[in-house]
Amino acid sequence: MTLLSVRNLDLLIHGTPILRDVGFDIRAGEVFGLVGESGSGKSLSALACMGLLPRGSTANGTASMGGENLLALSERRLCTLRGNEIGMIFQEPMTALNPVKTIGDQVAETLVIHGAATRAEALATAREKLDRVGLTADRFPLTRYPHELSGGQRQRVCIAMAIAMHPKILIADEPTTALDVTTQAQILDLLDDLRREEGMALWLITHDLAVVAGMADHVAVMKEGRVVEAGATEPLFRTRAHNYTRALFAASNHVPVRHARPAAAAPVLEVTDAERAYRQPRSSLFRPAEPHVAVAGVTLRIALGESVGLVGESGCGKSTLARAILGLEPLQAGAIRIGDRDVEAGRYPPEIRRRIQVVFQDPYGSFNPRHRVGRLVAEPFHLTGRPPDAEARVDQALIDVGLSPADKSKYIHEFSGGQRQRIAIARALLTRPDIIVLDEAVSALDVRVRAQILDLLSALQGEYGLSYLFISHDLSVVRAITDRVLVMKAGRIVEEGPTDRVFAAPEHAYTKSLIAAVPRIPDDWQEDMHGARQALD
Amino acid sequence: MRLPASLLIGGVLFALFAAAALLSFLWTPYDHTAMAISDRMLRPSAQHLLGTDHFGRDILSMIMVGARTSIAVAILAVGIGMAAGVPLGLLAAANRGSLLDEIIMRGNDLVFAFPSLVIAILITAVFGPSATNAIIAIGIFNIPVFARVARGGALPLWTLDYVMAARVAGKGKIRISLEHILTNIANLLIVQGTIQFSLGILAEAALSYVGLGAQPPTPSWGRMLADSQTMISLAPHMAIFPGLAIVFTVLGLNLVGDGLRDILDPRVRRER
Repeated sequence: MTLLSVRNLDLLIHGTPILRDVGFDIRAGEVFGLVGESGSGKSLSALACMGLLPRGSTANGTASMGGENLLALSERRLCTLRGNEIGMIFQEPMTALNPVKTIGDQVAETLVIHGAATRAEALATAREKLDRVGLTADRFPLTRYPHELSGGQRQRVCIAMAIAMHPKILIADEPTTALDVTTQAQILDLLDDLRREEGMALWLITHDLAVVAGMADHVAVMKEGRVVEAGATEPLFRTRAHNYTRALFAASNHVPVRHARPAAAAPVLEVTDAERAYRQPRSSLFRPAEPHVAVAGVTLRIALGESVGLVGESGCGKSTLARAILGLEPLQAGAIRIGDRDVEAGRYPPEIRRRIQVVFQDPYGSFNPRHRVGRLVAEPFHLTGRPPDAEARVDQALIDVGLSPADKSKYIHEFSGGQRQRIAIARALLTRPDIIVLDEAVSALDVRVRAQILDLLSALQGEYGLSYLFISHDLSVVRAITDRVLVMKAGRIVEEGPTDRVFAAPEHAYTKSLIAAVPRIPDDWQEDMHGARQALD
Repeated sequence: MRLPASLLIGGVLFALFAAAALLSFLWTPYDHTAMAISDRMLRPSAQHLLGTDHFGRDILSMIMVGARTSIAVAILAVGIGMAAGVPLGLLAAANRGSLLDEIIMRGNDLVFAFPSLVIAILITAVFGPSATNAIIAIGIFNIPVFARVARGGALPLWTLDYVMAARVAGKGKIRISLEHILTNIANLLIVQGTIQFSLGILAEAALSYVGLGAQPPTPSWGRMLADSQTMISLAPHMAIFPGLAIVFTVLGLNLVGDGLRDILDPRVRRER
């Protein structure tokens, strides 16, 4: 039975067409996956159905649910539908909750607003719902505040709010993108269980094909405001009729061509027993504060031309370690050796800094918006002094990353996320470093762009004999581009070994749980990847 | 890009007074010091557009020259505040959590803790009333304002990746502050500067009102108000026009500040 039927949905925002002739059906009780890259219009499709479009939008077409066209309803009617018939959870559980209200009040609020209960009853129901989403009364009393919870726990609170009124459909907009891989698996399981118990439909919006493959009954693929392909999940994934679907598929499984590296190369970076602890505020006036140990006894070694992966969940200390390696933070104990020189963490001389450069995660925050690209890329010349051939070297760096020297006079906002990451790589290449630290450098990119950047990194490695320290929570990326991998948990390296071995036969229980939690497209769906590779090129 | 209405209205209001101040260097309807006892307290008329005061001086001319005083005092006071406050704020942000940060910010709190006008009165009382002392007194109280705005704007920037990248490129704190931080908090400082400018005009008027600002015969809006208060029932125009001049200048500047914030602050801009 069709629950929500979207037909001919066109959306204009300030006159710019955003969605064109979007149509799909969501059946009662099913999981419907809407996949696409950023900017494809998948979130706006959901917001249109909720009547939550930004100002200046005009939506035409129909989105019929229970005999009503959601696009034509009054705000008053929509208010009774939202939360009641349609629930929604968002990507960012950090901002989706009100920081000054307790979790109990926030869940109860939905019930009180819809007149379903008095406050006392609503609080009782809130307790029940929070228990149901796994936040039990003994550890999570109703009086907890959002800041006392982790990201995954907050997302659970959001889910409890969304299901409080037994909606017929729950819209989940990238519900696990901001979460770690093990948390993601738990949240997805929870959503699927709830769907089955409540008999509601789940509209899952995501960029991650693997998540959809594991959960959805039906899928629609969106590109540039249109649905390019739709159908039952398995046949759609097996046949990949549309070129774009094929390209997405190929990109998400992309393994760049790796160059042979010199055997038994000299180490370029050695870290021995690194330890970093932060002071914490005192919890009691009479007891010294317990330091928070972010990195404990980490030893790692990277050889010339080698790619080493460092994986771990958020808060495991991998970024702290990266900052120490980059010479931005001191260590309390341990030694760092770069090339053949022992250096003191946090006090690198320029000659050492030159040899270790970095690419950060956020393509938007990595550049001063007020400088031109030529100046941004040339910044590391501060370390070496500006050589006479500075301009030529900036040009060469831009060419190396697939951009043109003419881009020097542009500002950073004129570039897309993928191009910005290329510029960040150009900046890192400028001083001819031995090693580049890639701190989640491709995590914020769409799959097709990510595949291109991985290819670029691999090509540059072959050309310049670079070593990479690839820090990521995304195991599939690490698997594709590294020779060796280190798994970090709570400040310690728990497992280390050749990437293939660690992924095929993890030894430590934590590594096993990490790898098991990665959503996967079933292997037998993926035959005929040859055609898919062609679609990417 | 469409300019916000507040910026246009405020800009026109302020430009009017700024133009009057500039014009007064070249021409005023009458000599603003020329007394004519027989023509005292004349109502507004074709000869004297805004009337005359109790010495028969032309009020329009006095307001024009007074605008000069007000604007000059306020600009210089804001300049002092910015010149001292912004570097202090940047320094505090660059050394967040250090002893230096504490010293700067607690010093700020100390200055904030005193009622500014009372201290300004103290300063002018000790060093003698003059426009220069008024400028210094008002300027000192602008320092902590700019220090706080600069520090507040700089702190989130220090966590951004491009600052991190600059550190990887070996740049020091001072260099990063000037190159990356200052350029990106300039919009905040401009908006705050406009608002402090209007407050400076108010403060100058208040100091002159109690006789501690610019000294006669230099006209000042605040003193014109003070002079008129005993004669307010006889010649209300003597109080109304300088009063309106203060109100419209301050209003204009506040509107400009609001409008600039709308244009320059991307967070506000997105919501519009």
